[in-house]
Amino acid sequence: MEMADDIVKEFLVESYENLDQLDRDLMALEETPDDRERLSSVFRTIHTIKGTSGFLAYPTLEHVAHVGENLLVKLRDGVLRLNAVMTSGLLEMVDAVRSILGRIDSTGAEGEENYEELVAKLERLKSGETSESQAAASATAAPSSPIVKQLATPAASVPVDFGKPVDQVEIEVEQVIRELSGEVTAAVSVSNASAQKRRGRPPGSKSKSRHSDAPKQNTPDPSAFADITVLNAEAATSSASAPPPVKTPTQGLTPVLPEAAAAETHDNNNADPVTHSESPGINPIKQQKKPAADGSQNADGGDRNNSAADSTVRIDVNVLDRLMNLVGELVLARNQIMQFSQSVEDAGLVAASQRLNLITTELQEGVMKTRMQPIRNAWSKLPRVVRDLSISCGKQVQVEMEGAETELDKTILEAIRDPLTHIVRNSVDHGIEPADVRIKAGKPVQGTLWLRAYHEGGQVNIEIADDGAGIGVDRVRAKAVEKGMITSEQAAAMSDREAIQMILLPGFSTAAKVTNVSGRGVGMDVVKTNVEKIGGTLEIHSVVGKGTMLRIKIPLTLAIIPALIVTTGGDRYAIPQVSLLELVRLEGEQVRKGIEYVHGAPVYRLRGKLLPLVYLGQALNTGGHAFDGNDAVNIVVLRANDRQYGLVVDKVNDTAEIVVKPLSRQLKGLNEFAGTTIMGDGTVALILDVMGLAVAAGLTADIKDQQHAHANTSGSNADAQAQSFLVVDLGDTRRFALPTSMVARLEKVPTSSLELTNGREVIQYRGELLPIVRLTNIFGSLSHSIKESDELQIIVYSEDQRSCGFAVNRIVDIVQTELRLHTTAGEHENLLGTAVIQQRVTDVLNLKNLALQGA
Amino acid sequence: MSNSKHQFCTFYVDDLFLGINVQQVQEVIRYQEMTRVPLAPKAIRGLINLRGQIVTAIDMRCWLGMPTRAADALPMNVIVRDGSNAVSLLVDRIGDVIEVDDELFEAPPNTVKANVRGLIQGAYKLSDRLLLLLDTNRALAECDSFASPNGKIAS
Repeated sequence: MEMADDIVKEFLVESYENLDQLDRDLMALEETPDDRERLSSVFRTIHTIKGTSGFLAYPTLEHVAHVGENLLVKLRDGVLRLNAVMTSGLLEMVDAVRSILGRIDSTGAEGEENYEELVAKLERLKSGETSESQAAASATAAPSSPIVKQLATPAASVPVDFGKPVDQVEIEVEQVIRELSGEVTAAVSVSNASAQKRRGRPPGSKSKSRHSDAPKQNTPDPSAFADITVLNAEAATSSASAPPPVKTPTQGLTPVLPEAAAAETHDNNNADPVTHSESPGINPIKQQKKPAADGSQNADGGDRNNSAADSTVRIDVNVLDRLMNLVGELVLARNQIMQFSQSVEDAGLVAASQRLNLITTELQEGVMKTRMQPIRNAWSKLPRVVRDLSISCGKQVQVEMEGAETELDKTILEAIRDPLTHIVRNSVDHGIEPADVRIKAGKPVQGTLWLRAYHEGGQVNIEIADDGAGIGVDRVRAKAVEKGMITSEQAAAMSDREAIQMILLPGFSTAAKVTNVSGRGVGMDVVKTNVEKIGGTLEIHSVVGKGTMLRIKIPLTLAIIPALIVTTGGDRYAIPQVSLLELVRLEGEQVRKGIEYVHGAPVYRLRGKLLPLVYLGQALNTGGHAFDGNDAVNIVVLRANDRQYGLVVDKVNDTAEIVVKPLSRQLKGLNEFAGTTIMGDGTVALILDVMGLAVAAGLTADIKDQQHAHANTSGSNADAQAQSFLVVDLGDTRRFALPTSMVARLEKVPTSSLELTNGREVIQYRGELLPIVRLTNIFGSLSHSIKESDELQIIVYSEDQRSCGFAVNRIVDIVQTELRLHTTAGEHENLLGTAVIQQRVTDVLNLKNLALQGA
Repeated sequence: MSNSKHQFCTFYVDDLFLGINVQQVQEVIRYQEMTRVPLAPKAIRGLINLRGQIVTAIDMRCWLGMPTRAADALPMNVIVRDGSNAVSLLVDRIGDVIEVDDELFEAPPNTVKANVRGLIQGAYKLSDRLLLLLDTNRALAECDSFASPNGKIAS
């Protein structure tokens, strides 16, 4: 039956919201256990759930809620005082309710799980098993004011706004009565927001029931309503006979007006005598069903928790998405119009398109805003997580939030929820030390976890910091070496900053103990992946003994981004500006000098640091700029996470705001592209994926880059540590090796370019003459058939401003190995010795000497 | 006795006469400028801007394993809806919309090449020729396996 489905669905949606609010309330109550308002609010929520679950025939759920409700009654009335044990119990109940709801959501039924243990626990708590309860009860006995006490109980009343003109009040009341008497069920707003929603419904429309005993209460007690109908604004002030819960704006009662109003809209009045019997002074009105929410309005903005609810509307996310798409289209059309209007002389057109431009921008911003939610929504569950975790870890941690109102797009919020939780768990589990350790370190016993969010530079920054033990960089290094992720040499060469980043590698964990919470090493890399998926970056800063801070940076808007347009191979591509660091243009001399080759890969020395270069034309196989040594080279310096690289393009066009359209299903597998867009002139352009390009081009990790830089500058290879060797052959079965660090570059030249001068072979190389030494001339050749190939493989070696090229047959491999040189008497002066590399006997060349041959 | 009939949008790819159920065809438009997608499988000729929507253009000739068309022969676009995406099938020539009796339907004949047979649901035996019914769902599903030139499964 459709209507039943609708009811259940709505029940679920609103219950989930309420449970979240319950979490928050219970957490807050732990700090201030005497907060009557909150206790009442919590009670009412559970009461509502209990009521509705009864009506919808979910006995288990009803039972659990009922037991919780019993405990809450005592708390609310001050008979018991909330303590940590009770809070835990209640939170457990919240979880239980949530899981039952989950089962209802997925299977339609409650499931077979029984909650006897939980029920028993709550019962015990209710009967005051904590010794505190007796003393507390008297201390925090219900305040003398009967009004307040009554307020604390669910009040049945007509939620009518007395601020309105009398007639309107009467009309609304009549509507309410009509509904009640006419229909089987009466609508109840479980939350203020839905109250607002329903306000739009015409009176008399069928409203849904949330009462467990609605069937029993078809006919409202007319006498009670008689009381109400009499009330109007003026009468209210004077009428003392009016049931107190029907809030009259008298002096004494005004302060509690919001409370009552909230009570009205929250309450799901259940005639269960058990619950209500203990509230003295409550008159028959209490037994009323909750009247329709039609025409209801929270006076004074209602309960402080829901103050924004008055002016909010609930919208299906899909509708918003469609709106966003349309705005995106509008932006594209606007771009096109702008382009056309620039080439047209018509002043009127130009003016109109300027206006269009302004309006579109504002509309775009406005629509973006609709999807923005405060980060508070993602943070709200964290205090609970921290609480539960710190209890189970035996630590004390408090949470401080800053910038909770910072707004993010909804999809970003969803995406970072899990990563945030994981990071927070790590902090509590591994970061914050146990109390005794902290005391010894002179820190306060209670650790602090800071959550900070702010906008900066078009990005949202989210920081999670703790004042715990920090990340032991040396431990990280050691662990990495232990796991074989890097060599000890690389570990030593790594900076602290780089070392810390290693914890983001899959499988990495320095946790001494793997708990079921964290420590297994599967979390941080997933966090990083999730953050990167939405275009964000993750930084880690830590000081041993002081604490750790993780910073997530995410671009503010996903759909419309500023981009740099470039051209390669005749096509245009867009590069998101967020990844753009700078543009470098090399001309003439700079090209020759600036671009070097390390291991055959082109690099550019940008202010001392080696920047690996990727030729876009090559990466995309489209052809395009081929470095020929003399033309100007355009390098777009990009950042992909912590790596930087230079993308060489044919031409840099300009910047533009583009609408990002996702890649179609057929193209999703191409990592080099992040999406597509339509340019101002209507043509389609591909958006480059900066990270994907780096990976596709085979740019290796930070660490190795440093290694290359090191190797390039040091040039020495005396240690017995693992080193990189170039293994070559001369056309026969012999193998030769030379340290890669001594290689300036590798070149392939046509044999025809060899020229003879002064009895030596040279080639013209970068404007100079490069002497070529054919190693076959020096070492002879064992092969009978040396075919003169038309290409020569040259290894360029430079020393002291002089270069020399060694011609070999081919490069076999580049090998990392520890060199164990065997030297024999009468060795060849051109060899350093012999070694076994890749299980083959290999002669290690003495390049220095060899170079002299060619000088 | 009323036979059920179906309407088909027909087109020619080389010497094959193919058809798609009219319901599945969003529109047919003439040749559009395409932006090529580097590294994409050969069959994906490029991307088209269709009133603000970006449509992937798939070359039917390539797909059906036929020789590429002449350089000056501009293909037509048969736009087919695929969920929220649209895909354009590039064909040589557009035929008429014809109505065919279901009776004439039969399984794909053996005369049709194997790789083509995999993409058609069957054939209608018309008076003068054979109309091959393109299985768009299977075709578009196959498309996904195009997605990565390395043969990786596209997510």
